[in-house]
Amino acid sequence: MLHRLSSGLSSRARSLRGPITGALLLGLLPFASVQAATIHIANGAEPGTLDPQKASGDWETRITRELFEPLLGYDAQGELIPGLAARWEVSDDGKTYRFHLREAQWSDGREITAADAVFALRRLLAPQTAAYNANLYYPIEGAEAVNRGEATPDTLGVEALDERTLEIRLTQPTAYFLQAMAMTESAPLPEHYIDQALDQPGARWVTPGELVVSGAFQLTAWTPQSEIRLEKNPGYYAADQVKLDTAVLYPLDDAQAALNRFRTAEIDISYLGVPSSQIGWARENLAHELRINPILGEYYYVLNQREGSKLADKRVREALNLAVRREVITDTILGMGQIPSYWYLPRAMSGDAGGTMGFMREPLEQRLERAHTLLAEAGYGPGEPLELEIAYNTLEDHRKVAVAIAAMWRAIGVETRLTNRETAVHFATLRQGDFQVGRYGAIATVDDPFDLLSSFVTGASGNYSGYANPAYDQLVARSTAELDPARRAELLTEAQQLLLDDYAMVPLYDYVSTKLVSDRVQGWQSNPLDVHPLRYMSITE
Amino acid sequence: MLTYILKRFGQAIPTLLIVITVSFFLMRLAPGGPFDGERQLPPEIEANLMAAYHLDEPLWSQYLRYMGGLLQGDFGPSFKYKDFSVTDLIMQGFPVSLELGAWAIVLALAIGLPLGIIAALKRNSTVDYVVMGIALGGIAVPNFVIAPIMALVFGVMLAWLPAGGWNGGAWANMVLPVIALSIQQIAAIARLTRASMIEVLGSQYIRTARAKGLSEWEVILHHALRPSLLPVISYLGPAIAGIITGSIVIEQIFGLPGIGRYFVQGALNRDYTLVMGVVVFYGVLIVLLNLIVDLLYSVLDPQIRYDD
Repeated sequence: MLHRLSSGLSSRARSLRGPITGALLLGLLPFASVQAATIHIANGAEPGTLDPQKASGDWETRITRELFEPLLGYDAQGELIPGLAARWEVSDDGKTYRFHLREAQWSDGREITAADAVFALRRLLAPQTAAYNANLYYPIEGAEAVNRGEATPDTLGVEALDERTLEIRLTQPTAYFLQAMAMTESAPLPEHYIDQALDQPGARWVTPGELVVSGAFQLTAWTPQSEIRLEKNPGYYAADQVKLDTAVLYPLDDAQAALNRFRTAEIDISYLGVPSSQIGWARENLAHELRINPILGEYYYVLNQREGSKLADKRVREALNLAVRREVITDTILGMGQIPSYWYLPRAMSGDAGGTMGFMREPLEQRLERAHTLLAEAGYGPGEPLELEIAYNTLEDHRKVAVAIAAMWRAIGVETRLTNRETAVHFATLRQGDFQVGRYGAIATVDDPFDLLSSFVTGASGNYSGYANPAYDQLVARSTAELDPARRAELLTEAQQLLLDDYAMVPLYDYVSTKLVSDRVQGWQSNPLDVHPLRYMSITE
Repeated sequence: MLTYILKRFGQAIPTLLIVITVSFFLMRLAPGGPFDGERQLPPEIEANLMAAYHLDEPLWSQYLRYMGGLLQGDFGPSFKYKDFSVTDLIMQGFPVSLELGAWAIVLALAIGLPLGIIAALKRNSTVDYVVMGIALGGIAVPNFVIAPIMALVFGVMLAWLPAGGWNGGAWANMVLPVIALSIQQIAAIARLTRASMIEVLGSQYIRTARAKGLSEWEVILHHALRPSLLPVISYLGPAIAGIITGSIVIEQIFGLPGIGRYFVQGALNRDYTLVMGVVVFYGVLIVLLNLIVDLLYSVLDPQIRYDD
């Protein structure tokens, strides 16, 4: 039996403010209506691709989300809302999803059908597409086999029941599945446009001016390293709510350059924030425009605890954790507003996972004393100091943090060596397990603890630390399949607490994002997912 | 002359072949791969990516595939910029770097040459010291110091010019980057011109020219200038190749869509094909410009002839 989970949610997204302010502005500025509303955005690095299934960085998905609307979407606060699916139902066993697509058209006038959604999901899991996030969709029947090339894409558990009804069958209930259906990689794609010829490696179907889209904006120009131009899609189903006519996104990777252009009003929003050296200046001079908010990311030190490593000894891991003064790092050294963390899952993440390291409220003296004792028990002392190496990828802020931690560890008699390597080499080193302590920053792809927790599951590809605990693995598996939010929160808390009691890593802080948003922009809201759809924004010239 | 040019092209082929081969294998020797990054990829997904770019094949077969593509003028797809081929990226970015670089060289010559000549003529005077002091400063201060200061002062504080961006190549957007690019060149050209001018002015035939009663300006313009340009010309060959292939510093600071960043970012991202593409492109430019320099020599120095 299917029961209805959502209906009529779409009216919630409709806001009265738009038309009213619009009318006011029209009255006040008679010429404003003639001018096209254009927003200028410093977007971060040059997008590697605008193929929504191959994109992965936020500087890419920020654009693909405007072009291709998934079945679910996000509002300005980052809350899930209906997208191309007007409503959906989940079976009682949590394994069958039925999505009812709304009446909507591609930008070339063709109907958007359930077949387009099927086409997109099959393409997403086809190994040739080599999609980065394909594993998020492994709960779909047959998905893993398809992605490994062991089965053909038509064996995937997705089916168009009729023109507008899509059924997706899962192998097990999956708590984050709706989040996954809100990611742009799962968005329906225009099968009639992406024909076989265009979908070959090297052939580019994301062609400005021609690309057929379903989202609020169309791609009209793309000059690499220079600009990407999006224009309002008049055929979008909610086009009457879209207030911007044009968005120009500049690929900039230098925060200072973006700040300069923000100060001269050439740029309305900078997703590069401010250089960390200038945060103090920005707090004073750009107080209104500087937006800092916690996001779904955790900065931590991976401890290589494979057998034979010095860090395989839990007492050592506990001592290292005890000696780190996280507030010094966040407040004195970085100062961006990062949140000192005595946990692993960023607190901004949904799922209500609790759990903290036990010593959080203990006075420092007591902590240091215990750290000394633990190290002594583990066989280290003045004559035989613990020697460690911290590896980090070359970046000024990572260096500062490493220097500070080395100093804090020196206080308990640990001698630390710092080694920096360029990014690609650093992460290759972590993957090969050829390190003792390694800097890592985990950013969740979906707003769900599953993503980060799976990095500590025995043998998982992202498990650089070699942590292995069958009880933990079981808790993660159970929590992912648990659909009742309250019971799930308990399981997540239990899983995280286990990880923390084992001192599986040295958590340092929850990431924050810093952005610059001009006062001219309305409708931009901070949210932990860091999604900011253009359809809710407007601009006064 | 024609035979000489053809011969030089013939010699260029093995040179380029060595450059390509060495860079291909050096790139692969570097630890880390194109898909190693902050984001961990599950092994099956990484396998899909490796297969999509033929990185799962043995190295020799990748090398042969690359050389085969090159013969057909195909630099391959970029690993990082997946929607573009390396050829696309170079063809879109090079005109920008070329335009900026060309203006920078024109500016550098227009200022550097006269400064060098003046300094040589007023040798060991205050003028000389001031000019050479500034030139030394120009060489010593790197453009990653000058460029941000220029952007801050003229772009943000005084707001005379845009603080960055290309804007389709509008002149206002070019002023600051062109100046920033040319400062070091002005300094280098002025110093080179001064040194060789002093040497030439001390030579026998200048003494002869003066003895004939020619005016000082005639001596300089007709007799001294041409030979004293020779070291400048040989400096300019490789310098031009360097300037018109862009500068990562200038491009980052002013947000310009040139190809300079690809040399550095391509290498850091382990975007093998992109690095190879720009290296081959740069190699060809160096070979071409050195040839042009050698040909210019025969025009400027009557003692040099490339007989058939």
